[in-house]
Amino acid sequence: MAQTKIATPAARLDSELARRLLSQMALIRRFEEKAAEMYAMGKIGGFLHLYIGQEAVAVGATSVCRPDDYAVSSYREHGHCLAKGSDPRKIMAELFGRMGGLSKGKGGSMHLFDKSVNFLGGHGIVGAHLPLAAGAGFAIKYQGGDQVVLCYFGDGAVPQGEFHESMNLAALWKLPVIFICENNRYAMGTAIHRALAQTEIWRFAETYGIPGEPVDGMDVLAVREVVGRMVDRARRDKTPALVEARTYRFRGHSMRDPAGSVYRTKEEVEREKLRDPIALFGDRCLKDGVLTEADLKTIEKTINDVADEAVAFAEASPEPPPEELFIDVYKD
Amino acid sequence: MAVMTYREALNTALREEMRRDPRVFVMGEEVGLYDGAYKVTQGLLKEFGDKRIIDTPICESGFTGVGVGAAMLGLRPVIEMMTFNFSILALDQIVNSAAKICYMSGGQYNIPLVVRGPGGPAAQLAAQHSQSMETYFYHVPGLKVVRPSTPADAKGLLKSAIRDDNPVIFIEAETLYAVKGEVPDDPDYLIPLGQAVVRREGTDVTVVAYMGMLYRALEAAEELAKEGISVEIVDPRTLRPMDTETIVGSVRKTHRAIVLEAGAGFAGMGSEIAAEIQEEAFDDLDAPIERVTGENAPMPYAKNLELLKTPSKAKIVAAIRRVCNR
Repeated sequence: MAQTKIATPAARLDSELARRLLSQMALIRRFEEKAAEMYAMGKIGGFLHLYIGQEAVAVGATSVCRPDDYAVSSYREHGHCLAKGSDPRKIMAELFGRMGGLSKGKGGSMHLFDKSVNFLGGHGIVGAHLPLAAGAGFAIKYQGGDQVVLCYFGDGAVPQGEFHESMNLAALWKLPVIFICENNRYAMGTAIHRALAQTEIWRFAETYGIPGEPVDGMDVLAVREVVGRMVDRARRDKTPALVEARTYRFRGHSMRDPAGSVYRTKEEVEREKLRDPIALFGDRCLKDGVLTEADLKTIEKTINDVADEAVAFAEASPEPPPEELFIDVYKD
Repeated sequence: MAVMTYREALNTALREEMRRDPRVFVMGEEVGLYDGAYKVTQGLLKEFGDKRIIDTPICESGFTGVGVGAAMLGLRPVIEMMTFNFSILALDQIVNSAAKICYMSGGQYNIPLVVRGPGGPAAQLAAQHSQSMETYFYHVPGLKVVRPSTPADAKGLLKSAIRDDNPVIFIEAETLYAVKGEVPDDPDYLIPLGQAVVRREGTDVTVVAYMGMLYRALEAAEELAKEGISVEIVDPRTLRPMDTETIVGSVRKTHRAIVLEAGAGFAGMGSEIAAEIQEEAFDDLDAPIERVTGENAPMPYAKNLELLKTPSKAKIVAAIRRVCNR
């Protein structure tokens, strides 16, 4: 891992904010654990890419944005969609392929879209949504708005041409896009040093003349601070930015790679789990006295209920009727 | 009704739609300052400014994706491919993003995007700059594909494409840009997508053809008329959705069919149209359907070989005679 100095958070933490951040991270974790269970039971099919371990990035970044800002992501997007405020019941129903899902069951895990919260989708081709993020930024500017776009992707998207095309266009045209690379060190099974000549991903920002910074992606407050600064600036003067959030996925690439152990050691995974963003933040909240043990219990109970309710909703939701096969191919 | 070139008709359509709807913008390589590599966007920068006529660097995938993203937020982008040969670089954005987002989002987002530019055989431009690109697109559910053959169609179809709420692949012909014809002045002159037209009425055989092949078919029909063979010519205009009704209706009348195609014949549009005809009107046919297509080779540079690659008038005439038993 590269030895770049990373900013440490100085942000003040109050109980209300602490509760919100912890609840959101814990909900994403619990939601995905439930999804994994449902996958094992055969209720969810296809690919299921879990975000477990990376929750601080989506939650920290979203927490410094406004509801009318946009977000777009790759196929590992359950966390980003939940953080944006999407209804967990509709997401679970989508994973189940049911009519009550966000896309009536036609998108699935890799293609969550929620227009009601300005979530521009989960996209399955690595790197392909980066130009879309630039396009959203272009439209905001064209329409005279002051929203920003958060664009999440993994280290696996960085060698793709579209990463560079999008960074160039966003910088050239000054588009309000924050590119958030969640560097979890593995593109599927390919370690970053086997994929990139420049492993300090944030340094690509220098090439395009825009602000870039690395941040500890396991520290929700650090993510808030760095992304917050980038968002404020983008909102003010349309400057795009590149944030490299250094994180780790505790699970495999997808449920078909459950252990994720062929390309990394068990020791490495166990060591990284000691930096669990939820545990770290919970401990800090207790230590700082902003939350009590009782608060943590209440949060756990609440998010468990929400996840259970999401599953119950998905179970009860009907399959899409046959005519849905041809609906939405074109807009009338 | 004004007489203008195919190029001017396209320019007029863009100008009128941009005046009509502030959400419409044009983006692509050399569309602004250079006035368009083929001058289709001539004068637009002067009228609309650089907010709406946007020169891009050379990154087809990038700027096509920008179009898709902008469309998701409610704009109506017209993305120019300097030539459609370059659209292969943007194929993923067109096929996996533009065509599928409406479906994958359960109809929450639709993509009112036009990707336009010249395509098809050109004059001695060799293998990479002279090919029929529609094949790559009409296979994809979620896309509409248009190939306008005349100046009036160029205007009426481009305006419909821009007003359509779906991604439309609009492939012009480099070799037709200078063709002149009458074009209605009406700023609301629209030709609906998915509507074929009978270009020449006849009774003995139906020839389906578009773009350059249409003009060659018209010449062949003139020649054969002297021999007493009456050729009906149908121009599909939109390849997806295809107006099978008009094509099949014509075959039911003539009982014979030939499909022309400039591109390589294997798994091409000719195959699709031939299949549609035999599925819908097998009992009406008095002869097997023939395809006259480009040869299954890349486009050569050498003039003599180039002439062999694309169906000639002689080949078309011979095929019509065969199908008509003459």
